[in-house]
Amino acid sequence: MRRLFMTLLLVACAVPLRGQTATPPLQVPYTQFRLANGLTVILHQDKSVPIVTVNVWYHVGSANEKPGRTGFAHLFEHLMFEGSKNVKEGVFDTLLESAGGNNNGSTTNDRTNYFEDLPSNALELALYLESDRMAYLLDTMTPQRVDGQRDVVKNERRQSYENQPYGMASIEIDRMLWPQNHPYNWPTIGYMEDLTAASHSDVVEFFKKYYVPNNASLVVAGDIDIPRTKALVERWFNEIPRGADVEPIAPPSAILTEVKKKTLTDRVALERLYLAWLTPRMYAPGDASLDMVSSVLSGGKNSRLYKRLVYDTQIAQDVSAFQQSGAIGSEFQIIATARRGHTAAELQKVIDEELEKLRREPPEPREVQRAINQIEASFYRRMERVSNKADSLNGYYFAGGGPDYFAEDLARYTSLSPSDVQAAAIRWLPADRRVEVIVLPEAKK
Amino acid sequence: MSAATKRTKTVVAVLVALGTFAASLVAQSAPDRTRPPMVGPPPRLNLPDIQRRMLSNGLAVWLVESHEVPLVQVNLLVKAGAGDDPAGKFGLASLTAAMLDEGAGSRNALELADAVDFLGASLATTASFDASAVRLNVPVARIKEALPLMADVILRPTFPGAELERLRQERLTALLQAKDDPASVAPMAFARTVFGATHRYGTGVAGTETTLKAFTVPDLKTFHASKYQPGNSVLIVVGDVKLDAIVPQLEMQFGSWKGTSPTRVPVPQAPQVAQGQITIVDMPGAEQSQIRMGWVGVSRSTPDYFTLEVLNTILGGSFTSRLNQNLREEHQYSYGASSRFDMRLSAGAFQAGAGVQTDKTSEALREFFNELNGIIKPVPAEELTKAKNYAALSFPSEFETSGDLSAKMEEMVVFGLPDTFFGAYVDNLQKVTAAAVQKAAETHIQPKRFAVVVVGDRKVIEPGIRALNLGPVRVMSVDEAVGQ
Repeated sequence: MRRLFMTLLLVACAVPLRGQTATPPLQVPYTQFRLANGLTVILHQDKSVPIVTVNVWYHVGSANEKPGRTGFAHLFEHLMFEGSKNVKEGVFDTLLESAGGNNNGSTTNDRTNYFEDLPSNALELALYLESDRMAYLLDTMTPQRVDGQRDVVKNERRQSYENQPYGMASIEIDRMLWPQNHPYNWPTIGYMEDLTAASHSDVVEFFKKYYVPNNASLVVAGDIDIPRTKALVERWFNEIPRGADVEPIAPPSAILTEVKKKTLTDRVALERLYLAWLTPRMYAPGDASLDMVSSVLSGGKNSRLYKRLVYDTQIAQDVSAFQQSGAIGSEFQIIATARRGHTAAELQKVIDEELEKLRREPPEPREVQRAINQIEASFYRRMERVSNKADSLNGYYFAGGGPDYFAEDLARYTSLSPSDVQAAAIRWLPADRRVEVIVLPEAKK
Repeated sequence: MSAATKRTKTVVAVLVALGTFAASLVAQSAPDRTRPPMVGPPPRLNLPDIQRRMLSNGLAVWLVESHEVPLVQVNLLVKAGAGDDPAGKFGLASLTAAMLDEGAGSRNALELADAVDFLGASLATTASFDASAVRLNVPVARIKEALPLMADVILRPTFPGAELERLRQERLTALLQAKDDPASVAPMAFARTVFGATHRYGTGVAGTETTLKAFTVPDLKTFHASKYQPGNSVLIVVGDVKLDAIVPQLEMQFGSWKGTSPTRVPVPQAPQVAQGQITIVDMPGAEQSQIRMGWVGVSRSTPDYFTLEVLNTILGGSFTSRLNQNLREEHQYSYGASSRFDMRLSAGAFQAGAGVQTDKTSEALREFFNELNGIIKPVPAEELTKAKNYAALSFPSEFETSGDLSAKMEEMVVFGLPDTFFGAYVDNLQKVTAAAVQKAAETHIQPKRFAVVVVGDRKVIEPGIRALNLGPVRVMSVDEAVGQ
């Protein structure tokens, strides 16, 4: 971006703003339009460096998968790089690298994104590649291609889960937290047997159902000319036919009514404790408050859990607390690793004392302000990279708040009071309705 | 760090007008998909000028203005790092840096952290092999409050004994945890195999269990007093500030810092790996084997710098590189394979590696060797052009954020690069020839003499590895492999 608008400075001489230094409002100007086929397009100009980013969100994730085909949305993401009607296998990456571009994609429960970061002269190349796979992925899709990426994804799973210390815990926690028929119950990476079962006909069906322009949004940001970019987008994407509307997911309600416990073993030296709760979905009331709770509990040396467990008593090596927000529900987790000679049970006792304290009395105003200041700075840090802005524009659009929701998003935090934070701990983090998982070192053989 | 732009403002305006006119035409014509669209000439990156000043005590200030967001990055780079650790005290530079914000000036560790966090700032203190650094990132509206904290941390650390004990236990525990993770064990075991226990590069920056247990407060104070010197340091500032406004503040905080310019003893060149050898590090039950192979590579001052950038891009430095295409796309043994040259003040390792599924370990090793042997043959022109373009044309994206820019300036300070280095970078890459790549490959990639480390389930993988006849095979426990 050229510069964040400093409009406050123009009027700052009149009334000092509650003694605070005036910080400029966050604003990301954009142009939005929709093609006849339903593709939403968002353009944002930022000429600070001669690069552009093309960022596509398909509004499909692992939550859209059907039983027996877990991991399919992510496997499909891999197949999107393997060629389309006019782009031979391997050529997608070769063309982009030859132009100085980087590309990648990622899959979550709720969405799949794809992006190309490249020098501004190569913008049209990225639009060509993205539109060709949106329009003609199936023309050259074969069972062999599916087999190839199936094995790559299995190795991704081995590397990130099976062979990762404590790697299987998160999969187990989601199974315990969410009802079996709830789409957040299974992992985005998928179960091995479901990856084995995925077939070419699944790819055809999934593409026709979800990879339609009316289920996608395209952001082009960076060193662009807006009218020319609009014309280029129309040129490459107009011909893609609209598909049937995608029905929104209708998840069953997810409520915990008790404490669910499990003990796992792993090839690790130290015990680790996981506590998890079901919490409000992204942007719903309570979501931002729980981010603040996580900061009060584990953000920095003076946070309550870090200070007691890691700094003062040193019975833990690490502790983290976070609200993991999803479109149809969220989970709040606290994770702590015991030092040698200490147990997960000891950590749990301290964590429960601190949670109870937060339920009984609101945090100090300074604790809350410290967290707000950190969050505010993090918003500006995110704005430095045009690819981050593009992904945020797409994310905010997807969430329904409009692409330039940066200031509103930040206001969710700056408006919170200590009693809001306390209320969230009371309402959403009860001691008697949660998941408790302990990972113990495997007995040496 | 500045480069000429050939495009005047007038010309740009004309191009914009043409673009708008052309816009109405392109929208109507159906696109020809049979070939990719032609891309125009790549844009020229306008590298920002580095503005330089010296404080009254001789401390150099390098500044780049960047007014995109209301943040400022201030890095103090000290030209002393883990490479300067005394023999028997590996880990001292790293621990000294980590202790800087555990008490400084009139504040204890908690008070410091509270003050920094309350400003919305981040303050990191760290050491690499080549340098130590204190890096502050803060909203520009709060720079006045943040700089005194940074100055305390650099100039007036108190090194409390209780905090040393805490960090010691934290680091010992981190070493213990690293042994759980094949992806952590593999690089540690590889470095130990290539460089040995006595060369500094054979041990991680943080040191070993033995050295960590021995550090005392006087060790830290001595290292700090002798190495953290204004004549040894540069203040790097990038962000939403003006030189004339920030220099008086820097002078107030750092101008009274007096000291010497210590001479630096370089890390000695490590002897080359004598002969090819395979080390299996046993982690029973591992679902993947973590493979690393290579030997002593080159220092950052190598005359082959640009040639090796291109060579490595072809071999294992990009998604379409030979190693990744072979092990991931063609054979699907791995989620990804890569290679790199660790270029430090002295020669670091060349290494290639991947995590591969356990039951394909020997097959994957064979493919690694096929590609490493293959790179010695002439590189086809098309592949060479792709690699050069990838490295050269993606270059502007490395200058996007204040963090990116300050990292480039740190690189200039640490390795003494000329101001023209980044401006000439693209041209120098484009000059690399196929003959130069082949010659560099012959010199720097000699797979027969490589040390190979495989961290995995020995019971399953050992027979296949022995059957490859790559050289002598030895088996180790994790503890033996990473050293005590």
